[in-house]
Parts: sequence; structure tokens; C-alpha cells
Amino acid sequence: MIVKGEYMNRNLRWRVLLTLAVMAVALCLVLPSVPGIKNTLLGKILPDTAINLGLDLKGGIHLTLGVDVDKAIENNMVSQGQDIKASAREDDLAVLKPTPLPGTRLEAVLVGSAKQEVFEKLLGKQFPNLRIDGKETLPEDRVKYVLSMTPDYKKYLAKLTLDQAVKTIRNRIDQFGVAEPDIRRQEGNRIQVQLPGLSDPERAIAVIGKTAHLEFKIVDDSIDPASVKQGLIGPGRELTAMVQRGPKGDSTEIPIVLKKDAVLTGEHITDARATIESNNNQFSVSLTFNARGAKIFERVTEENIKKRLAIVLDGKCYSAPVIQDKISGGKAQITGRFSQEEARDLAIVLRAGALPAPVTVLEQRTVGPTLGQESIDAGIMATGIAAIAIILFMAVYYSTAGIFADIVLLLNIVLTMAGLAAFGATLTLPGIAGIILTIAMAVDANVLIYERIREELRKGVKPLEAVDKGYGKATLTILDSNTTNVIVAIILYQFGTGPIRGFAVTLVLGIIMSMFTAIFVSRIMFDLYMSKRKADAPVSI
Amino acid sequence: MSFSFIKHETKIDFIGFRYYAFAISALMIIIGGISLVMKGGPRYGIDFAGGVILQAKFAVPTDLDKVKKVLEGTNLPGLVVQQMGQVKDNDFLVRTSTTDDSSANVQKTVTKALDEGFSGVKYEFKRIEMVGPKVGEDLRGKALEAMYFAILIIAIYISGRFEHRWMAAGIMAAGLFAGITTLQYFHAPQVWLVLGALVITLGLCCFLRLNYALGAIVALIHDVLVTVGFFSLMNKEFDLTIIAALLTLIGFSLNDTIIIYDRIRETRGLKTGETLPVIINKSVNQTLSRTILTSGLAFLAVSSLFVFGGAVIHDFALAMLIGIIVGTYSSIYVASPIIISLTKPDADEPVPAKAKTKMA
Repeated sequence: MIVKGEYMNRNLRWRVLLTLAVMAVALCLVLPSVPGIKNTLLGKILPDTAINLGLDLKGGIHLTLGVDVDKAIENNMVSQGQDIKASAREDDLAVLKPTPLPGTRLEAVLVGSAKQEVFEKLLGKQFPNLRIDGKETLPEDRVKYVLSMTPDYKKYLAKLTLDQAVKTIRNRIDQFGVAEPDIRRQEGNRIQVQLPGLSDPERAIAVIGKTAHLEFKIVDDSIDPASVKQGLIGPGRELTAMVQRGPKGDSTEIPIVLKKDAVLTGEHITDARATIESNNNQFSVSLTFNARGAKIFERVTEENIKKRLAIVLDGKCYSAPVIQDKISGGKAQITGRFSQEEARDLAIVLRAGALPAPVTVLEQRTVGPTLGQESIDAGIMATGIAAIAIILFMAVYYSTAGIFADIVLLLNIVLTMAGLAAFGATLTLPGIAGIILTIAMAVDANVLIYERIREELRKGVKPLEAVDKGYGKATLTILDSNTTNVIVAIILYQFGTGPIRGFAVTLVLGIIMSMFTAIFVSRIMFDLYMSKRKADAPVSI
Repeated sequence: MSFSFIKHETKIDFIGFRYYAFAISALMIIIGGISLVMKGGPRYGIDFAGGVILQAKFAVPTDLDKVKKVLEGTNLPGLVVQQMGQVKDNDFLVRTSTTDDSSANVQKTVTKALDEGFSGVKYEFKRIEMVGPKVGEDLRGKALEAMYFAILIIAIYISGRFEHRWMAAGIMAAGLFAGITTLQYFHAPQVWLVLGALVITLGLCCFLRLNYALGAIVALIHDVLVTVGFFSLMNKEFDLTIIAALLTLIGFSLNDTIIIYDRIRETRGLKTGETLPVIINKSVNQTLSRTILTSGLAFLAVSSLFVFGGAVIHDFALAMLIGIIVGTYSSIYVASPIIISLTKPDADEPVPAKAKTKMA
């Protein structure tokens, strides 16, 4: 008996040391998240592991954007069509109007059926990403080809488009000035964007979601826009809306006829700045082109003196000034009676470059800073009251043993928070609900053990043995019952979105920590308590 | 000094009450079902239905009816205006079913109407959410998928763990997987997949005589149906957090069930020569104090969340509160007695020694 006691005591020492070590690590992880500690001397020694708060607690904008990858593929198809026409001409082949067909296919007509072999060889050599889906002999010695993209290339294009979209969006957000944005790709051609601290979704979407496809086109003033409305338009011309703004910012749209082919696009821009116009209080955006762009711009302006040059952004014309003279030096200006904010945002978007494909907002969730703070306060209040109620109940119901359970319960909360900090997990409002549930589940383990001990005591088993049996028999049951909760939490994590994931994480962490605190640590307390008393003295449980 | 609600082992005849319990459960499910049918299915929140919500807070006391009246002029489709939280908060929730319009446009429309209707009154939008139809559909699919996986994994776990028949559990998993793959092959809608999964699981449990798993799953379905029915009766919306609450209560209810099953297994192992109903009744009684304590404490904790946790988490807490009560009831009155109803009459004989070897 003495030998066993000594063994137990030595064993106990190790268990106490382990618990203290775990506690020390947990405190190091949790303390940086306590307000006010970060800036003290202590805060500088401790690791930088503050618990991340979810957008529902700190406020911010959550966006799910859908990237129209099909559009990017279609654009690529169109430009390949033009390339085919050009390459064919170099080889003395005549190819007519390559036109895109639905389902990312392309139609091209070859004139001169004798040259089929040459044309097919050219396609195979210069356009390995296309394959011939079918051909049909047409009258007048023509052959119609239906071309489609290889699946691998389509996949590659989709990935490229998404990568580029993410890069562009990140670029724009960085320039917009958001602290710690989170931008990530999601399956199904989607991009998730989280912008903490922002609360004006309209403006954020305007900056992120704008395709910003800038084109310069020559205006065809020989055609009356009114006649075009009835469906008469010349080849290579298009009808576009021109935005005209009144001095108060109200806008109207009038039709304007442009030559379809852009003379210059936004890809040659190296810089864009918002500038104030000298004669009024309105803002415009000044652009700087790279060397190639500057050269093109000089040539275009020289060739089109006295004509109007339209500046088209995402299909809408913002201004169409008359070209007075050749413009060299590679600078241009977009005027459109912008407000300072609009001009600044437009400059950001143009600097960061165009999106490779249009994006649409599929989901948007904005939590204002007030609501976030309210949720934090309410969460702390609810957690505190739940904890106090349970602590009081346990102390009254199980007396000394209940106080042990209370101590390990507090330990459990600290460990759960430490786990959140260590894994860099995010605490959300449902996550706080998870902590409250964990409080209930953690005491459940102690309730199971204590009820078992009481049962054994009622049977007349000696206290020491009863404690031993209680822990022994209840441990397996606790493991069993908690497993189902962990399974459910993992499934929730797998299928849930942001806030729900926060719930799943705190639930799993809390349950795992409760196994340690309720089974391991509370046993230490019991052993310490039992070792100080006579073997058959009644237990306070 | 210490207290206890139950000083000595109780001898309540839970098993004898089982037919009444089954009738009560059936009644609750039927009432909930009628409510669901009358209302044309569950009332989906914007997470699942798509749409826009705005939460507006007014600086001065404002009447809900006036807000409603002002916003009715906007002709926004499916407009619903509700008070959020307590009346003194002056928080209003505006919801529309617009999905083809951007949230910015809805915000503009609402702002314009409020500015005109309440000129000079300050308000702010505390929350703006827009879920497009595509995302809503995806989230619905994800929620159903989560339910399906929960049933699958729990069925396997319980069969394996409680009857030590991992083989049978494996067969069931394979059967379930094959069944679902077949359904997927025919492009069955997701709702059918989940229903199919349920039917296959129940069928296989019956066929393989996995009575414990069957009892536990019937109890889970019971809990979910009763809670969903209650929510429909109370006209509450279903959104992602409610699904999370339903899954959590599945875990919680199962927790209770497992603890009782554990005791049944232990008592059967003692080979006292008692019949199964006696053993089950004894086990339920022996674990009763723990069941009441744990459920009571969980109820207490979630009540705190319900009362103090704020309007955003309110419905989640409500679903949990209902779930805790229903789950506790089902562990005692559904999951355990059903084992008797499922077991062949010869099991009323003293548990044969064979059972022991089967469990080893």
C-alpha cells in the first residue's frame, strides 16, 4: 500500500508538472488577445498570436465573385480567329470571317477547296490548341471548318483567367488601402474577397467588380445615331451610349456611333492619377502610356486630326474630344465631371489593370462596425452568464468536487482560446455560441464521472476505490459520446461557410480540451484531495 | 454537503410508457408536417432562397408600422419588414426577394424611401446581405450534403462501436454508397439523394439487424423532424445557422443516446439473467440523473445565449433550446424503447450467452 502510494505521488508530480506546462503555454498564446496587453512590456515578449475575429464580429465586407470564364474563353477564340485569318494570308490562303459559335467553337471558311491540306497543316502547326471538329464543303469551292479548343487548353485558359483576376483584384484592393484583405480562389470559378473594416459595399464593389476595359475609338460623325436606331448601321461601326453628366452629378446617356476596332486599349497604361480640373471643381483622370502606347497614340492622333476620339470604359463612352493636333508624349486625360472619390477609384482601377473577364457579385455580406461590436458585447455577456450559472450550480450540487469541476471548466475555456490562437483560427459569433455549448459539454464529462462515483459510493464501495472506478468507467463513455459531437463538428466544418466554420472549430477544440481538463486535470485534483485525507473519510461529492 | 435531485436509483417504468411516447412523438411530427405542408415547405432565409436583407437602426424611437408603410411604396418584390431584437433598439430588418438586382440598387431604393418618409431622422445600415440565386442553390445543396454525411458516418460509427460489428457497418457503408451512386447516376435531385440515403440506411439497418444503429438514427430523424416542425409552426426562417443548430443537436441527442446505450451494453454484459426490457429500463433509470443534469446545464447555457446573445444568434439559440428538450426526450423514450420493438420476441428471453461473444 505504501509502495503504491509513493508510486502514485511520483506519478502525480509528473501530471501536475505537465498540467502547469500546458497552462503556461496556453496563457502565452491567449494573453496577446487580451485588450491592453499588446502594448505593454509583457506583450512584446509574448508571441504574436492574437485570435482573429471574423467579419461578423469586427465588421467588414464579404464578397463572393463569379468570374465569367466563358467570356474570357470566347474572347480568346475571337482573337485566335483573327490570327488564323492573318496567318492564312501570309501563306496565300483566303479565309473568310472566322466567327465564334456557341460552345466555344469557331467557324472559318476557306476559299479554294484545293488548299485544304495546306490550311490544315497551318492549323496544326501554328494553332495546336485548336482541333477540327468538322468540315463541310460549301458551294463556290469553299470549305467550312468548325474548330474547337482542346479541353486542356480550355482548362489552362480558365486557370489563367482566374489567376489573373485574383492578381488584379488584389492589386486594386492594395491600392484602395484595406488592412489585411483576404482574397482567395474558390471552386466553380469563384473568388472570395474579405475586406475587414470597410462598410460601404457599393464603393468596394465598384472598385473590385469593374472590368475596367479601356478602349480608345474613333467617332464616326458621318452616321446619324438617330438613323442607326432603326437598325441601319454600316459595317465595322457600332452604337454606344455616351454618358453625359450635368454639373450636379446627374447623368444622361445619348447614343454615339463609333468605329468598332479600338485604336488603343488600356493595356498600354503605366500610370493613372486623379487630377483636379483648373477651371471648375471637378476631377478627371490623367493617363500615362508606355513607350509603345505613346507611339500608337501619336500615330492615331496624327491620322485623325479634326475627328473625335472616344474614350470607352466597359462599353460606355465617357468623353469624345475633338483631336486638335498630333499628341506626342504619351499622355491623355479622361474627363467626365467626376467627383474626387470617383476619379480616385477610377485611377486605381486603371492602374491595376483590367480584369481578364467580367465578374459578377454572387454573394455580399456587410456587417457594420456597430453591429460587430454589439455582437462581441452580447457574446461576452452570454458566455459570462452561462459560465457563472454553471459554476454556481456545480459548486452547490457537488460541493468540493464541484469546485474542481469549476476550476477545470475555466481551464477549458482558456485552452480553447489558446487553441484558436495557435491554429490561427477565426472566432465568429456562432463560434462564441460554440464556446457556450462547450462549457455545457465540458461539465457533462465531470457530471458523468461524479454521478458514477456517487453510484459506487451508494453501493458501499470505499471512497478511494469509488473515485477510481468512477473515473475508469466514465472515461470510455465520455470518449464514446464526445466522438459523435466531433464527427458532427467536422462535417459542419467541411460544408459550412465562414461563420459556421468558426462554430465547428470552437466546438472541436472545446471538446478535445475538455477530455484533457475534465478527465486528466480534474483527476489530479481528486488525487491531491484524496491523498491528504484518511482512506475511508467521506468524500465531498 | 451536497445536493442531489435523485438520492436513490429511480424505478420509473419508461418502457411501459413507450406506446404513449410513440403516440406523442407521432402527433408532434404530424402537427409539424401539417404546418409544413400548409405553408408550402419550410420558410427559407436568404441563405437558401436568395435575396437581399438590410438591417437599419434608427437614432430615435420609430414605429414598425410606419417603416412598413414607407417601404411599401418602393414596390420591392417580396418585401418583409421586421423588428429586430427589442423595441427599444429601433432595429429593423428589411428583406426583399430580389435576386436579379444588386444589393446596391436595393440599398439605394430603401435609402431614398426612408429619407423621404423620415426626413431629418438619422439611421444607419448595420448589416447588408445579398445572396444570389446560384449561391443560394449551392448552400442548399451543401446543407443537404452535410445532413447526408452526418447520417452516413453516424450510422457506421454506432453499428461498429455498439454492436462490435464493423463488418456489418462496412457492408452498410458500401450499400449506402452504391445506392447513392446509382441515384446520382440518374441525376436525382439532392433532396431525393438525402431521402434515399435515409431509406437505404434504415433498410440496411433492419436487414443487418443493427438495432442500436437503427434506434439511434430513428431518434435523430425524430429530433430533426420535431424541431423543423416547431420552427415551421413558429414561422421562423431556415438559414445556414439553423442547419448548424440541427446538426449540433443531432450530435447532442446522440450523446445522450450513446450514454444510455453504453449502460445497456454494460448491464447486458453482467449477465444477470434479466430480460432485455428490464435491462433497458434499468439502464435508463441509472443514467437518469446524469441525463437530467447534463441536459439541464446545456439548457441553462443556451438560455443565456438566447437571452443575452443578441438578435443575430437568437434563432440559432432557439433551435438549440428546442433541440435539447426533444433530444433528451428522444434518448429516453424513442432511442431506447425502440430496440425492444425491433428485437424479435425471442429476445424477451434472458439474454443468451451468445450475445456476449458477439460483442467481444
